[in-house]
Amino acid sequence: MVDGTTGIEARKGWMGLLARARPARLAELLDTLGERPAHAWLRAPEVGGVMVRGRMGGTGAPFNLGEMTVTRCSLRLDGGEVGHAHVQGRGKAHARDAAMVDALMQGSRASQVRAAVIGPLEAEEDARRQARAARAASTKVDFFTMVRGED
Amino acid sequence: MYVAVKGGEKAIDAAHDWLAKERRGDRAVAELSLAQIREQMSLAVNRVMAEGSLFDPDLAALAIKQARGDLIEAIFLIRAYRTTLPRLGASRPVDTGAMRCDRRISATFKDAPGGQVLGPTFDYTHRLAGLQTGGRGGRIRGRVPVCGDATDEAVPKPRITDILGRDGLIQDEPPGEAEPPDMTRAPMDYPAGRALRLQALTRGDEGFLLGMAYSTQRGYGRNHPFVGELRIGTVEVEMEVPELGEAVCVGELTLTECETVNQFAGSKIEPAQFTRGYGLVIGQTERKAISMALVDRALRWEELGEEDSGAPAQDAEFVLGHADNIQATGFLEHIKLPHYVDFQSELELVRRMRAEAAREAAE
Amino acid sequence: MRTEALTGGFADAPVEAAQVFRATLEALARPGRIATVGGAEAPAPVSGAAAVLLLTLCDHETPLFLAPGHDGPEVRDWVSFHTGAPLVGREEATFALGHWPALAPLGAYRIGTPDYPDRSVSLIVEMEALAARGARLTGPGIETEAFLSLPETEAFRRNNARFPLGWDCFFTCGQSLAALPRSTRVEEA
Repeated sequence: MVDGTTGIEARKGWMGLLARARPARLAELLDTLGERPAHAWLRAPEVGGVMVRGRMGGTGAPFNLGEMTVTRCSLRLDGGEVGHAHVQGRGKAHARDAAMVDALMQGSRASQVRAAVIGPLEAEEDARRQARAARAASTKVDFFTMVRGED
Repeated sequence: MYVAVKGGEKAIDAAHDWLAKERRGDRAVAELSLAQIREQMSLAVNRVMAEGSLFDPDLAALAIKQARGDLIEAIFLIRAYRTTLPRLGASRPVDTGAMRCDRRISATFKDAPGGQVLGPTFDYTHRLAGLQTGGRGGRIRGRVPVCGDATDEAVPKPRITDILGRDGLIQDEPPGEAEPPDMTRAPMDYPAGRALRLQALTRGDEGFLLGMAYSTQRGYGRNHPFVGELRIGTVEVEMEVPELGEAVCVGELTLTECETVNQFAGSKIEPAQFTRGYGLVIGQTERKAISMALVDRALRWEELGEEDSGAPAQDAEFVLGHADNIQATGFLEHIKLPHYVDFQSELELVRRMRAEAAREAAE
Repeated sequence: MRTEALTGGFADAPVEAAQVFRATLEALARPGRIATVGGAEAPAPVSGAAAVLLLTLCDHETPLFLAPGHDGPEVRDWVSFHTGAPLVGREEATFALGHWPALAPLGAYRIGTPDYPDRSVSLIVEMEALAARGARLTGPGIETEAFLSLPETEAFRRNNARFPLGWDCFFTCGQSLAALPRSTRVEEA
């Protein structure tokens, strides 16, 4: 079981990664582990809205910015491991896959799941972010202020 | 007075049928896919998400397609869908300081720490139709290499206003954790605090806010804005999840943030310093974010001890009461629907008044 | 969070919640009439009827007060996972759950304002027994008179006297549910 302070940090890390993952890619990676384990719903997948908040001036008091769609679910594997998911968008299969990975990460197959699913998702997200950052960096400029004539 | 009318079902069905055919257009032309709209009409998608007040690019693309490109109609569809969603919770306030910036510019400091990053902007294009797309759709020039070093992104991009804040040159943004009011849950209440105003502005109509902001620049409640900083990029959204007793990331979204630095002469109790206007909008929505910051600043006259010059942009009830394009279009467009009975009574009244006037004139 | 807290929700939330909501409306529209509801289970001592009321009516925007006797880690976890309702004191609550004596003092709850009489609490009163006898009920939704085994009459009489302000009540016992809106006149039979 993942528990304790270091455990929860790791778990938050993969839950966020699964929330942001492209649903089709997550399903594809999960398929490499073979047949999906049997599970029972603790909370069937449910599409809802999360009110996103910002801060005045970026650092001040909070205000409501608008919502985003989020799908959540909770399930329990036959082995007793419980998995939760809150994923971006309206994908019920995405939420189920994320909760399944979350549950598997707490059982005996954790290292296998890490290698087959979490690792590749991490690497691909990193690569996407790096590529975008590189593109942004290529548009970095220096402005020169020209001296204006006084006539 | 509203009086129900009946009938017309067949005509309405036929109108819907024709609408569907017109939506599809010439069948000799390939049909648009939702992915095409999402990827290639992304700024329209962004506007629909911002004013629909719901981040979901696929859904916004669908709404645009269904609305035949009428963005206000698409926003209407998003707003209607939004009301069917159970609210799963509220996020922690997003940290725009940690944004992965596609774009980050300052009009006040050319040597802004962290650098000026132009991002995918129209600013320096020639605005000659056809030059970039070549009429052939998305001609991408191959000769400009992506030469940037991604590690540059690791360079922190401190807020420009923090630089002024260190010397006390700009008004403080008092932090807080108060639960903000939510206009989607409780009716608008005037006078509206700044949290409520910002929510109304960020989902308000881009054209309306642009007009209001422009009016302040032209002298109606002038407040001399500089764009201290404009950043566009992605932030992660975290929400407290009871089953974990912790906040977890539930996704990421693109935001545009604009902070303006405005002149303030000072008052009897305060020395001269700069003040702030703030814009934060869903998606890449630069014009809207700048407009929002200008209007936010104009609406702050009272709390900053300024004079009410009577400018429209200083009147919170006027601005917030008319910024919502769905409210506005609903009320505006309803007048084209049958008002036969109302009009009959008006007609009768006018005839009677004319008859009375004619009688009086004859006497 | 313990696994027990994660179980006991609706199996088919949209359908079951709609059914319970309908039963709740009926109960409020016909004060004194006892309905049977079910489909979910919360940790003791929460009754089945109270559990489905919480699942149907509460979410993270409806602060809930758990009265002594009902407040405990198991119930708190269950409520948090299944409804997300923030747990608060009597003063801020939009719903309150407990046995009648534990819900007191009644003066602490919100009764709404003249502009927004709806900004008031709904009390979910857990009962040892619930039957159509006892206090006499008259008023909107009751053709002639109805009877309900209320825990007392005086508090309800005073609550009705300040209409349109005041609180509304649900009574739960096992799978049984009855309601008493603030508009109902209550007197000793």
